[in-house]
Amino acid sequence: MTTITETMARDHRHCDELFAEAEELIAQGDWEQGREKFEAFRNTTENHFSMEEGVLFPGFEQRTGQSMGPTQVMRMEHVQMRQLMADMEDAVAHEDDERYLGLSETMMMVMQQHNMKEEQMLYPMADQAYATDAESALKEMKMI
Amino acid sequence: MLNTANLSLDQAPPISIPFRFFVTAPLFGIAAALLLLFKGPELFLTRWSPFTLGLTHLITLGFLAMVMCGALLQMLPVIAGSPVPRVVLVGTLCHLMITLGSALLVHAFISGSLVGEHSALALMGGGVIIFFIAISLALWRVENVSHSVIAMRLAVVALMITLLLGLLLGSGLLGFLGFGNIAALVDVHLGWGMLGWVGLLLVGISYQVVPMFQVTPEYPVAVRRWLAPSIFGGMLVWSGFSFMAMQGLVDTRVTSVWMSLILAGFACYAVVTLRLQRLRKRRIPDVTLSFWRVGMVSVLLSALLWGVAQLVPAVEQDPRYHLFLGVALLLGAGVSVINGMLYKIVPFLSWFHLQNRQVSLMCMSVQVPNMKQFIRDRYARMQYRLYLASLVLALASTLQPSWFSYLAGMMFLGSNILLLVNLSLAMTRYRTTNAALLAEGAVEKG
Repeated sequence: MTTITETMARDHRHCDELFAEAEELIAQGDWEQGREKFEAFRNTTENHFSMEEGVLFPGFEQRTGQSMGPTQVMRMEHVQMRQLMADMEDAVAHEDDERYLGLSETMMMVMQQHNMKEEQMLYPMADQAYATDAESALKEMKMI
Repeated sequence: MLNTANLSLDQAPPISIPFRFFVTAPLFGIAAALLLLFKGPELFLTRWSPFTLGLTHLITLGFLAMVMCGALLQMLPVIAGSPVPRVVLVGTLCHLMITLGSALLVHAFISGSLVGEHSALALMGGGVIIFFIAISLALWRVENVSHSVIAMRLAVVALMITLLLGLLLGSGLLGFLGFGNIAALVDVHLGWGMLGWVGLLLVGISYQVVPMFQVTPEYPVAVRRWLAPSIFGGMLVWSGFSFMAMQGLVDTRVTSVWMSLILAGFACYAVVTLRLQRLRKRRIPDVTLSFWRVGMVSVLLSALLWGVAQLVPAVEQDPRYHLFLGVALLLGAGVSVINGMLYKIVPFLSWFHLQNRQVSLMCMSVQVPNMKQFIRDRYARMQYRLYLASLVLALASTLQPSWFSYLAGMMFLGSNILLLVNLSLAMTRYRTTNAALLAEGAVEKG
C-alpha cells in the first residue's frame, strides 16, 4: 500500500531536484536553460500545492474537524513560497543573478523546513486520518 | 488522538532572544583572540596553565555554549514542535547569567581569585540549571519523538553532567584527591562537555539541518537510531571505568578502549556527513558548507590523532599532543560548525520575522530583503578565510608557539571582529526594515 507520506515526500524530492538544477544553471550564467528549469520547478511546485490545497488539506480538515490547525500554517507557508517564486520569476526576467541567488537561498530554507514539517508531522497525521481512503485520495490528487 | 497544535510557528520566541546570544559569542571570541595575542607562548606550554584553562572556557562557554543555547531556545518549536516555556524570561536570565558567569570564571582562572570563582560558579550553575529545566520540559513534552529529539535530550543531560563535574572541580572540595586523580576527573568533565554536550547536540541537529541546508539525502536510519544512544551509553561506561581507574580498580587501558569506541562513533558520523554532503543536490558554493567540512575533517583528524597516541606512548606523554587535540576539537570541530550555522540561522530568522510582520500588517510597499542581503556572501567568505587561517596557525602554535601564536591570535581576532560586523549588519538591516514596516503600516492604517 502506498502512503500519502511516501508519495508526497517523493514529490518534494522532485521539486528539490529541479530547484537545485535551476539555481546551478543561473549561478553559472546560463540563463537560457536556467529559465527553462526555473519554469519547470515553479510549475511542479504549483502543482504540488494544488494537490494539497485542492484535495489533501480539505479532506484532512473534514476528517479531523480542524481547519485552523496545521493545514492553515501550511497554507500560509504556500503563500510565502508563491511570493518568493514570483520574485524569483522577476529576477529571471531581468537576468539578475545576484537577486535570484539571494531569493533562492531564502526559498530553499522556507521550502526545506516546510517539507520537513509536512513529512514528519502532517503527512503521517494525514495517513492516520485518511486510513483506508488514502489510496483513493492519492488517485484524486494525481488527476490535478 | 492527533496533536495538531504543535505545527504552529507562532510559538517562536521574539528575535531579540536568539540574537543576543549570537552577538555575544564573537565578543568572547575577541576576548579569546586577545588572550592568545598577549599570552600566546605561555598558553601553549601545557594544558594546565591558567591561561589555557581561561582560553578553553572562553571558547566552550562564551562561544560554543552561547550560540548553542540561543539556537536551541529558537529551534525547539520549529524542529521538535515544542516551545520552551516562559522563553523570554528564560532566555533573558540564561543569557545574563551565562555571559557574566563565563566572564567571571575566566577571570578567576587567570587571577586565581577564590571569591570571583565562587560567584562565577554560582552564576554559571544558575544559568545552566534554568536552561536545563526549561529545555528539558520542552523536550519531554515533544509528542513526535524523532531521533533528533532523542540526541538533544541526551545532549542536555550531558550538559548537566558537565556542569556538575565542573562545579565539583571548581569548588575546591577535591583537594584531598591529589593532582593525578583531579586530572583524570578533568578529562571526564571535558569528555562530557565536548563529546556529550557539543558532540551529541551536533549529531542531533545534523539529522535535521544537513539535509535542509544543502539538500542532501537523509542520514541512514541505522545511524539516526543507534549513534547518539550508543555514544551516550559509551560515555557512561567510560566515566564509570575512569572513576574505577582512579581508585586503581581497573587498568587505564580499559578506559582507553571505551574512548576508542566513542571516537569511532564520531568518526562514523563525520564520514557519513561528508558523504551526504558530497551527494548534495545543491551544487552552488556555500560558506556554511565550507565551515561544516572543516569541522568534519577536524573530527576525523582528532579521532585519528587520539588513536595514534594510544599506540605510541611517546605521543601520549607529549604535552603538545594534548594541546593539538584540544585545538583540533574546540577550534576545528566546534567553532567551525557553529560559526557556519550562524550564516544560515541569522539571515533566515531576520527574513522570517520581517516577512511575518509584512503579512500581518498587509504592508506590501516595503520590500523585505532576501537572506543574502542581510549578510553578503563576500564578507561571510572573507570571515571563513580568516577563521581557517587562525585554525591552521593555532594548530601550528601547539608545535612551535613562539613562531605562530601571535599570528594565530591576529587571525582569530580578525575572524571574530568580522563575524561581529557581519552579524551586527544583519541586525541593523533587520531593525531598519522592521521600523519601515511599522511606520508604513501605521500610515496605511491611519
